[in-house]
Amino acid sequence: MIREITLGQYYPVDSVLHRMDPRTKLFGTMIFIVSLFLADSLKAYGVATIFLVLVIRLSKVPVSFMVRGLRAILFLLLLSVSFNLFLTPGTEIFRIGFLKLTWEGLRLAGFMALRLIYLVIGSSVMTLTTTPNELTDGLEKSMGFLNRVGVPVHEISMMMSIALRFIPILVEETDKIMKAQMARGADFESGNLIQKAKSMVPLLVPLFISAFRRATDLAMAMEARCYHGGEGRTKMKPLHYERRDHMGYLVYLVYLAIMIFLRY
Amino acid sequence: MAIRAEHINYLYGEGTAFEQYALKDVSFEIHDGQFIGVIGHTGSGKSTLIQHLNGLLRASSGKIYYNDEDIYQDGYNMKLLRSHVGLVFQYPEHQLFEVDVFSDVCFGPRNQGYSKEEIEQRAREALIQVGLEERFWRQSPFELSGGQKRRVAIAGVLAMQPEVLILDEPTAGLDPRGRDEILEQISALHKEKKMTIILVSHSMEDIARYADRILVMSHGEKMFDAPPKEVFRHYRELEQMGLAAPQITYVVQRLRDQGIPLKEDITTVEEAKAGILELLGKAGGEV
Repeated sequence: MIREITLGQYYPVDSVLHRMDPRTKLFGTMIFIVSLFLADSLKAYGVATIFLVLVIRLSKVPVSFMVRGLRAILFLLLLSVSFNLFLTPGTEIFRIGFLKLTWEGLRLAGFMALRLIYLVIGSSVMTLTTTPNELTDGLEKSMGFLNRVGVPVHEISMMMSIALRFIPILVEETDKIMKAQMARGADFESGNLIQKAKSMVPLLVPLFISAFRRATDLAMAMEARCYHGGEGRTKMKPLHYERRDHMGYLVYLVYLAIMIFLRY
Repeated sequence: MAIRAEHINYLYGEGTAFEQYALKDVSFEIHDGQFIGVIGHTGSGKSTLIQHLNGLLRASSGKIYYNDEDIYQDGYNMKLLRSHVGLVFQYPEHQLFEVDVFSDVCFGPRNQGYSKEEIEQRAREALIQVGLEERFWRQSPFELSGGQKRRVAIAGVLAMQPEVLILDEPTAGLDPRGRDEILEQISALHKEKKMTIILVSHSMEDIARYADRILVMSHGEKMFDAPPKEVFRHYRELEQMGLAAPQITYVVQRLRDQGIPLKEDITTVEEAKAGILELLGKAGGEV
C-alpha cells in the first residue's frame, strides 16, 4: 500500500544519459528550465519539444515513467490553466457571467500548461537517469566553491545522501510495523480525527525508536571505518568529464542560443 | 479444518517494470491442532505466504478459506480473522510502544473490544504463558533484554487468544538458551492448549524437533509438503534450494555409508542416540 511512493525513482537501463556525468545533467536541466521561461512563441515551444523528445529517446526510459510525475501536479495544472483561461483580458470568445474566455487567455493557458508539463518531464528525465547518490555527488562537486565561504558542502551532501538512502528503509519499516499492529487488531482507517491521531501512536513510537536505532548504528559503523568528514577524503568513483559530456554541453549551448534568438 | 489455500498467486509491483512473482500457485490445507513448519531460503516467499493467512496481504489470484469460509468474500470480517489467526512477525519486539509491558500486552485484547477485567485477565494469562516474571510487568518494555522483549511481543499476540498461531522466525537473533525456552513454550501451547501452530524458521533442527508436517518453499513455490522424515529424505534436493537437512541426518548418512545399519529416517539427535545404543546393545549381547 504505502510502498508505492516513488521518490528516488531511478530507472535502471544503460543509455548515454545514464552514463553522463551528473553535473552535465544538472546543468542541462537548469538550462532547459531557463529556456522554458524564455519561450513565448509557438516556434520556441516547438524547439523545446524537439529537444525534450530527443532527450527522452536518448534516455531509453519508457514514456509512461516520464508522465507518471505529472499526476502529482495535476491539480496545480488544472488550476493555473483555468485561471489563465478565464481571467486574461483581451478579445472575447464568449462569456459566462463575469467569466469570459479570450483568445489571449487561450494562448496563455496553453503555454502555461506546456511549460508546467515540460518542467516536470524535464526534471524527471534527470531523476530517472541519475541515482540519488550520483546526484548528491554532482551537487557536492558543483557547489564545492561554497566551501571557501564556510559552507560545509560535504557534510550537507552526506546528510542528503543518507536521508535519501533511508527513505525506502523507513517506508518499508512503516509498512512492517503497520502490519504487525494490524495483526494485533489495530485500525488505522476508521474513526474521527482524534481517534485517527491516537491510532498513530502504536505506529509512530516504534518507527521513531527504530529510526534512532538505525541512526546510531550507522554513525557507529561510519566511525568504525574512520569517517571524519570531507577533508582529505577521496572518492571511489571520482567524477570526470568524458567526450559525451563535452558534446552535451555543446548541445545545451546551441539549444540555449536558439531559444534566446527566438525570444529577441 | 482450519485453513485452506487454493492456488495462491502473489505478484509484487503489478503493472510496473519490476513485476515479480512472490508466490506461484501455492495450495495446502492446515488442520486444527497441527504443528506446521515452514522452511525456505531468504526470499523464498515464506513471509509473504503467512501474511496471506490472516488477510494482511491479498492474493493476486486464488482463494483462502478459514473454517470453510472464503476470506475474500464481500463483508468478511478481517478484524475477526486476525484475532483468530494470530501472527507474530519477525523481530516482533520492534512493534512495542506502550509505557509498560502490561499495557502493551493489553493492546490486542483492547482492540478486540473486551471489558477492562477481561483484557487484564487475558494479558496476565499471556504473560504467564510466555514465562515472563511478574516483576517485569510494570517496567518499560524498552528496558528489558532482547529475549524478554520478544516474549512480551509474543504475549501481545497470545493475549488475543487466537486459535491459530503463526510465528515468523521467533528465535532469530536469540542465544541458544533463549531459543530453546521460546520453542518449548510454543510447543506447550500446542500440546496443552491444542493451538494450531505455524512456525516459520530456517533452522532445520528446530523444525525437525517440533513440527509434524513441513512446507518447503523455494522461489515462491511449494516444493514439499510432508512429515519431516519424508522431507529430510530429499536432503540432496534441499541442498539445491540452499537449505540443508538437520546435521544429524548427515551423520547418520555417513554411518550408513560405512555399513552401520542405522535407520534411514532418523532426524533428531535423540533418535540417533537411541538407534546407536540399540545397535551397540545388540552387538554387546553377541560378544
